[in-house]
Amino acid sequence: MTAHDPEAMRRANAPTTTYRYDEYDAALVRERVAEFREQVRRRLAGALTEEEFRPFRLMNGLYLQLHAYMLRVAIPYGTLTARQMRRLADIADKWDKGYGHFTTRQNLQYNWPKLVDTPDILEALADVEMHAIQTSGNCIRNVTADHFAGVAPDEIEDPRPTAEFLRQWSSLHPEFSFLPRKFKIAVTGAAHDRAAIMVHDVGLRIVRNDEGEIGYQVVVGGGLGRSPFVGKVVGDFVPRRDLLAFLEAIMRVYNRFGRRDNKYKARIKILVHEKGIDDIRAAVEAEFAAMDRSVFAHDPAEFERIAGFFAPPPYESLPSDSQMLRAAKLETPAFANFADVNVGAHKIPGYAIVTVSLKPIGGVPGDASSDQMRVLAEASERFGFGELRVSHEQNIILPHVKQDDLFALWRTLDAAGLATANAGLVSDIISCPGLDYCSLATARSIPIAQAISTRFADMSRQRRIGKLGIKISGCINACGHHHVGAIGILGLEKKGQESYQITLGGDPTFSASIGEILGPGVTAEQTPDVIEHLVDFYLAEREEGEAFIDTWRRIGHARFKDVLRREGEDGADI
Amino acid sequence: MALISDGRFIEDGWRRLAEEEALPKAGKVIVSLARLQHAIEVLGPESALGVIVPNTTEPSALIEALPRLGLVSISFPAFADGRGFSLARLLRRAGFKGELRASGRLVADQYAHAVGCGFDTIEIPDDLAERQDEEQWRAALNVYAMSYQRGYSGRGSILEARRRAARP
Repeated sequence: MTAHDPEAMRRANAPTTTYRYDEYDAALVRERVAEFREQVRRRLAGALTEEEFRPFRLMNGLYLQLHAYMLRVAIPYGTLTARQMRRLADIADKWDKGYGHFTTRQNLQYNWPKLVDTPDILEALADVEMHAIQTSGNCIRNVTADHFAGVAPDEIEDPRPTAEFLRQWSSLHPEFSFLPRKFKIAVTGAAHDRAAIMVHDVGLRIVRNDEGEIGYQVVVGGGLGRSPFVGKVVGDFVPRRDLLAFLEAIMRVYNRFGRRDNKYKARIKILVHEKGIDDIRAAVEAEFAAMDRSVFAHDPAEFERIAGFFAPPPYESLPSDSQMLRAAKLETPAFANFADVNVGAHKIPGYAIVTVSLKPIGGVPGDASSDQMRVLAEASERFGFGELRVSHEQNIILPHVKQDDLFALWRTLDAAGLATANAGLVSDIISCPGLDYCSLATARSIPIAQAISTRFADMSRQRRIGKLGIKISGCINACGHHHVGAIGILGLEKKGQESYQITLGGDPTFSASIGEILGPGVTAEQTPDVIEHLVDFYLAEREEGEAFIDTWRRIGHARFKDVLRREGEDGADI
Repeated sequence: MALISDGRFIEDGWRRLAEEEALPKAGKVIVSLARLQHAIEVLGPESALGVIVPNTTEPSALIEALPRLGLVSISFPAFADGRGFSLARLLRRAGFKGELRASGRLVADQYAHAVGCGFDTIEIPDDLAERQDEEQWRAALNVYAMSYQRGYSGRGSILEARRRAARP
């Protein structure tokens, strides 16, 4: 970039679409980098044992994986600026192998950093107001939110100011940094839940009461992993002024009474399950009543300060129907498919929300090369006020694109291999890294995702099938959210062989349900066949406009089980 | 054992009484929770008394004794077991003004957390103190100038600083 670069001028004048650090935020992140640099030095000098170092490196997003360290960078509530995306690309080139992996919790993972380089990587992140704080470890994790926040037509309130408020409250918390286990919070402010709040340790749903006051429905004890649970309501309407105190009470109850004897029973969902939601509610309410709530009292000025950063960008006044879009769709069928599948309604007339799929047919779900990241950064500046989002489906969202610009955007994306028109379709598969990277995994998941995606390579067939979520995890920790996939796939290891257990009927929204097991596990080779037969059966049985989960709920699990059984009779050993 | 206070290794003025050891007439002694009631009854109000408690202790079990106690030591069975932090908060909330001590294999990197939750002193085994010397403990206190949280001790609150700055 030179001083005469006309783009640089435009970038500098880009409107604020996300939270910007003030001197205090900036200082704190720099202090964390300096602390971590010192922790790495002390680890190498022997002042810290590996066991002692572990929670501190985890609380800075650094895992020891199968082949190398993995660094997980926080993308709070999934919102990124173009500048931040470019920096992620630069880091991928300099310290990784030229790509990054977007995760189901709206974060980004680098799979090949060196321990000694991580302080420098963190420094490079701090330059663009980013960090890796609490993306791992037994602490309050990076807070996630609806990836359509601020632009969805069905929204009561943008959840991001709340999420940012909680990011700050939970960062380096003196009392809640050594919890029994990790603690995940998600926030949604819309009528439709895109943040999977029912399957989080705490899910917050912004609601309005009869008096028109904004508050939160607080759900606790949801989670996936080896014991999946749908969360239960612990506070039906918590006014905004009480939110922090209420959360502080939940955290204290969990910190004191959550199980620590068995890490597999240490999440708050087990405490809620064993004690019962009524006991937990009583304990939380008692703690809430006993504490000095004045220090947590809602500060409207501070909330407004934060909310101000999420003000809408300067939209133009446009007709709701774009002639250019209409014409381009007629002229270019491939674009028409993209526009029909990957483009969603925006609350402002003449604008659209674009999902950029990171699931090319046969590709690795969630991976983006540094070049692709730069294309996305550039596209967001040309067409979308320089803002990007990461969805928990591991895709990238351009949240404010003029309908008139959609065709030009599509051409840009297409040239970079980023125009796969499969958002929400059967090949838009959520997958964890699995045995190819992860030290916890019991089976591969990426190759399974690739095989299924390739099986359904025919895009017209995919569009005929319609929206269908397949989610794959390579072990019972369920990072791929298989429990809440309409079709879920769990990779296990049985007698040295990979075995894939299929579940049906999972739902991550307000109507949350955990998928039911279809039958005995199948081999990696059989998995695409079984999925294909299940999908064909659904197509034969569905009523007009009926989604997979609704057909499954209507006709019942047993009918789908028969599909698998018939499969066995055809000679397959399952 | 090494004792850390205000970022320095200091002499411990308290003595932890073994279970079989008789209560001395004077001196600052720490007894177990099981012996606390007896010690309160036997010792005069002029002798300094402390207690060491598990991190699972219900604060209600100590409430009555708190005004009589000069020290409460909370044991950390493992450094990553954070229950002691919450118990410290609850004892401070109950009005305990004496010395609050964390006892266990805490590492220097947790020092600011402990101070934030109301601990005054940290008691660690000698082998740990050898690896993590006074300099590391002192440095750990000064890593962060301020904190996001309010109502925790040790550092200034960012929220309050913002409020002051916003005031005309």
